[in-house]
Amino acid sequence: MTDSKHRGPQGMGFDTLSLHAGQVPDPTTGARATPIYQSAAFVFPDSDVAAGLFNIERAGHVYSRLSNPTNAVLEERMAALDHGVGSVVTASGQAALHLAITTILSAGDHIVSSRSVYGGTHNLLEYTMSRFGISTTFVDPRDMAAFSDAIQPNTKLVFGEVLGNPGLEVLDIPALSELAHTHHLPLLIDATFVTPYLCQPIELGADLVVHSATKFLSGHGVVVGGVVVDGGTFDWQSSDKFPTLSEPYVGFHNLVFADEFGPAAFITRARKEGIRDFGACMAPMTAFQILQGLETLPLRMQKHVANAMEVAAYLEQHAMVESVSYPGLPSHPDYELAQKMLPKGCGAVFSFEIKGGREAGRAFIESLNVFSHLANVGDAKSLVIHPASTTHHRVDEESLLASGIGPGLVRLSVGLEDAKDLINDLKAGLRVVEKMHEQAAAQQAEKVS
Amino acid sequence: MIIQLDGKNVGFSNGSGHPAESAPAIFFVHGAGMDHSVWVMPARYFARHGYRVMALDLPGHGRSEGPALDSVDAMADWLARVIEISAAHAKEVTVVGHSMGSLVGMSLAARHPERIDRLVLLGTSAPMPVADVLLNAAQDNDHAAIDMANTWSHGQRSQLGASDNPGTSNLHMGERLLERVADDVYFKDFSACNGFTTKDYAPILAPTLVMTGDEDKMTPPRAGMAVAGMLKSSQVTHLRGCGHSMLSEQPNQVLDALSAFIRG
Ligand SMILES: Cc1ncc(COP(=O)(O)O)c(C=O)c1O
Repeated sequence: MTDSKHRGPQGMGFDTLSLHAGQVPDPTTGARATPIYQSAAFVFPDSDVAAGLFNIERAGHVYSRLSNPTNAVLEERMAALDHGVGSVVTASGQAALHLAITTILSAGDHIVSSRSVYGGTHNLLEYTMSRFGISTTFVDPRDMAAFSDAIQPNTKLVFGEVLGNPGLEVLDIPALSELAHTHHLPLLIDATFVTPYLCQPIELGADLVVHSATKFLSGHGVVVGGVVVDGGTFDWQSSDKFPTLSEPYVGFHNLVFADEFGPAAFITRARKEGIRDFGACMAPMTAFQILQGLETLPLRMQKHVANAMEVAAYLEQHAMVESVSYPGLPSHPDYELAQKMLPKGCGAVFSFEIKGGREAGRAFIESLNVFSHLANVGDAKSLVIHPASTTHHRVDEESLLASGIGPGLVRLSVGLEDAKDLINDLKAGLRVVEKMHEQAAAQQAEKVS
Repeated sequence: MIIQLDGKNVGFSNGSGHPAESAPAIFFVHGAGMDHSVWVMPARYFARHGYRVMALDLPGHGRSEGPALDSVDAMADWLARVIEISAAHAKEVTVVGHSMGSLVGMSLAARHPERIDRLVLLGTSAPMPVADVLLNAAQDNDHAAIDMANTWSHGQRSQLGASDNPGTSNLHMGERLLERVADDVYFKDFSACNGFTTKDYAPILAPTLVMTGDEDKMTPPRAGMAVAGMLKSSQVTHLRGCGHSMLSEQPNQVLDALSAFIRG
């Protein structure tokens, strides 16, 4: 159709889907909540049905590595919220990214990725996938020409995060989608920091989405999990670049996924190969806990964003703060783009630079009481980390700066507490830094006199 | 899969089957704006059970070359040719049609009765009037046509994002499938449905199975019942809690009914 925007059907609203999608009350027990199907396998009524389930001619469950009724509710809810044709849940966000990549890439293939990505993602792409023959070129997420220039004949995927790490660069998804599609490449987006409540990448032109459900989707810091969503938008048969989908798969009786499954080719292969063989599946108890989280996703994200805005604005005017990187503030270079692409807000993870370097950063963090010092984001509780004294402790200052991490850079994940309590906590921490500066100045003055 | 008919590509899926020459054949015909992929599950089932399966792309849809055909009768004549070249030695032929495809099946059974032994009509209505809003939006190639038809084609469970097929969104699958159709084809299909009439046809003698969904807003159950009433030999399967998109909404129930009717 001429007007080929991927507009979803005019169906139920987002809040309704957050609560209901994928589940109707259990027909046998009447259970309103999603039951936890803690069963490794499911009984076959007869052998022909069993053969039919294995042959993808019937709908149903066989074995919980492949699919599970509790997991399926979560998968269907995420497909509904992200406007995908389907999804597969995984053991972690990392497993989701690995599954997305390996479903379409093989040894000899290449990825063009934003360089402002989660550290673990950088490790996976730079060091680990390259051991298996899949290489990656990293480029500045603001530089569309750099993406274009990095594309090689063996490039199969373009990847980026909606909000970069640590600079919170806003990825121009519509522009990058156009660029990728011009080269007949799919665009994969990590939307962990925004969730479908703030951004639906498929609506903006992405073809595939991954989330770490460990963060805001579950929202309470109690589980590790991931999701791959297939937009069903990419035509895998438009070139010969994607043989896993466009050519017979010997591992499934010469099935040609794109031929038989149409828009669901990718997600079907992800389940029938990647989850089957790599086996990084989610536990049903985990799926249940993520579903609990999703029920309040819209409410939580509103408060996360409102608190983050207040905290960011407070920090920006503080004398001990060098700079704040939050695209919700006009000072951020991507503020305009964020207003357009993320009208409901820019999430609740951001970083700021404290005056006084590593020492100041460490002292600040150790003096906080309401913010918890740990390596995670997207909890209902506020979290903080100082990369230079923790995750990047062994990295020298020059290399730190090269990856956009200043010695005094602090990353916050703003939770759902009273904003005033968060601000008071930060204020007290910054007072400690201020005292360090005052002492240093006094010592300097003594020396001079 | 691709075969040639009169110098043009005809796309279809064979359900990954390797049938014998004399194998009984089943031709699946999709509805307006769709393609062969809606039949993936029954196609694979019957292929595994030794049938020659052709889940077809109508001209101008999927991988079949256009132009799309203007009328149901033209589609049925095309189908008769496909059957002639690909199932000449088949011991029997069943045609299974959904929505517009059910009209193609009826036209074929009435006008080329020698080509068909058995007929299955899913989500059917004769006549099959299309609402003006939908027709007009399709004429303008306006995406609203897809949104309307797709929303009306799904029952309550799908509206709430639940699917029998683990991890699938029936609504978004429908949406994406319809977005693949080339400009003007959707309008042509709806016009063909709108222009369909059974009045000039000979009575249909082939044994026929009609399937209705009680939440079907496109072809309501009473329309399907009326079709069954016009046929010489018919039986009806009612799908409870099912909308018009029966193949994705209740794949197992559809499969069981097809299997009982075709394999006995
Ligand atoms: C943006 C982003 N993507 C992916 C991941 C990996 O997710 P997980 O820890 O669930 O494997 C993280 C985790 O911190 C993340 O922040």
